[in-house]
Amino acid sequence: MNALWPIFKREFMAYFSTPLAYVFIVIFLFAMGAFTFYIGHFYENGVADLTVFFGYHPWLYLFLVPAIAMRLWAEERRTGTMELLLTLPVPLWVTVTGKYLAAWAFTGVALFLTFPIWLTVNFLGNPDNGVILASYVGSFLVAGGYLAIGACISASTNNQVIAFVVSVVVCFLFTISGAPLVLDFFRGWAPLVLVNAISSFSVLTHFTAIEAGVIDLRDLIFFFSLIALFLAANIVIVDLKKTG
Amino acid sequence: MIEIEGLTKHFGPIPAVAGIDLTVAKGEVLGFLGPNGAGKSTTMKMVTGYLAPTTGRVRICGHDVESDSIAAQRCIGYLPEGAPAYADMTPRQFLSFIAEIRGFRGEQVKAKVDAVVGKAELDLVLDQPIDTLSKGFKRRVGLAQAILHDPPVLIMDEPTDGLDPNQKHAVRALLRAMAPDKAIIISTHLLEEVEAICTRAVIIDRGRVVADGTPAELLARSRHHNAVTLALPTAQAETAKARIRMLAGVATVEDSALANGLVELTAFPKGGALLIETISALVVAEKWDVNELYAEAGRLDDVFRAITTHDADRAREARIS
Repeated sequence: MNALWPIFKREFMAYFSTPLAYVFIVIFLFAMGAFTFYIGHFYENGVADLTVFFGYHPWLYLFLVPAIAMRLWAEERRTGTMELLLTLPVPLWVTVTGKYLAAWAFTGVALFLTFPIWLTVNFLGNPDNGVILASYVGSFLVAGGYLAIGACISASTNNQVIAFVVSVVVCFLFTISGAPLVLDFFRGWAPLVLVNAISSFSVLTHFTAIEAGVIDLRDLIFFFSLIALFLAANIVIVDLKKTG
Repeated sequence: MIEIEGLTKHFGPIPAVAGIDLTVAKGEVLGFLGPNGAGKSTTMKMVTGYLAPTTGRVRICGHDVESDSIAAQRCIGYLPEGAPAYADMTPRQFLSFIAEIRGFRGEQVKAKVDAVVGKAELDLVLDQPIDTLSKGFKRRVGLAQAILHDPPVLIMDEPTDGLDPNQKHAVRALLRAMAPDKAIIISTHLLEEVEAICTRAVIIDRGRVVADGTPAELLARSRHHNAVTLALPTAQAETAKARIRMLAGVATVEDSALANGLVELTAFPKGGALLIETISALVVAEKWDVNELYAEAGRLDDVFRAITTHDADRAREARIS
């Protein structure tokens, strides 16, 4: 347990010692701006809220979060530091959690740096800051969910490209599982319970609920169980790799 | 302190380690030898808990590596193959990270890092990113990381690979100094290293122990054990060769021409008999112009080659199966 902090710290600092962090943050902020102002018509809407801005978050995360997650384990495996890390006297769950939290904190930093848009909207009008705060929490949880999925997939391969592509696909499925595209496929033959279950796995549904300004316990439970599930799978995968 | 029992590891159908039993006590420095792919690294990975064995078990200071891995890993300092380290960190940051993971805090971290930096002679590069360091320095960072917590058990996969002769000497001196109160396993390709620091040499081939003894015992199995070599002018070589072959205790005499008009004769003994006295007496009696005369303790590479299967054999076997 005492090792959680050193592992977190090392992983977190590693982002900033390579260009990765800066490239990621710049692209993240630039893309956020581009989507919000040009595609979302932030100004033309004439409404002082950030719904347009947050609406694009899950879609941007879909590509940007797997880009962060892909190196989480694949890189350790490639450079051989995995062997060093896993032979230190640290319980595996601590290592997995520490690395994950560092990556999540990093996406938190990127998200935090979008604060100028919050300043802007407050300067232009009187938005409901409670809703904005809830949306930030929701956005952070979406990033956390995708990251857990990406981390787990990164642990199962030492090829970062494969880790990226598979993560994007899995995250995509979790994003749109509430959309007609997916549900119609099941509706014809599957029992209603199953259809509802699939629909409830949608990150988008839960995020939209939070974005409306209400942080419902059910949505929190969804995100935290999604994260816990994939971290548990991550631990199992790393452990299975030990048996060769 | 290290107990290995019936250890095997299969990767799919291929046995990488096919049953190894070893016990290493405090004060022993065990040299782990074997051709590439013999299972040295795989064994070390299982001993340190990185790989789970297919069957068998490993106990470190009484702790089972699989069921009580944290306690076992606390007792181990491990230098993995290739001395991996986080390339973006400096040695100071990296060693502090290891110290913190090992449970040291605050001043203790600094003290541990300072101590180990001195031992591994890293002062000059302490604040340079590890990926800018030379191979020798990288290796020493890995070494420093392994000995930082002064572990009772040291497992080192090729600790002197990539070091220059001075650095090799320094690392060997360091290992020798630590040896009395530790159990150490080092794997190496360098046979001279075994003679320099190991109290015991184990040769493995295709996942099995094929020789286990002190370096002196292994040397005694060499055909060069107690062989006598002398160099003398070509004119005297034929007679000398014939005379030496007549001596009791001599099995064969081999000759090879040297560049400077001399011939080198090597007399191999029968059953390890001591030849140096009779041959030197003969040299004096015959008044040969010998400018070199020495007896050998043996050559480890003889032994190594004799007992490990050659690649050619292996290839042939692979074709048959």
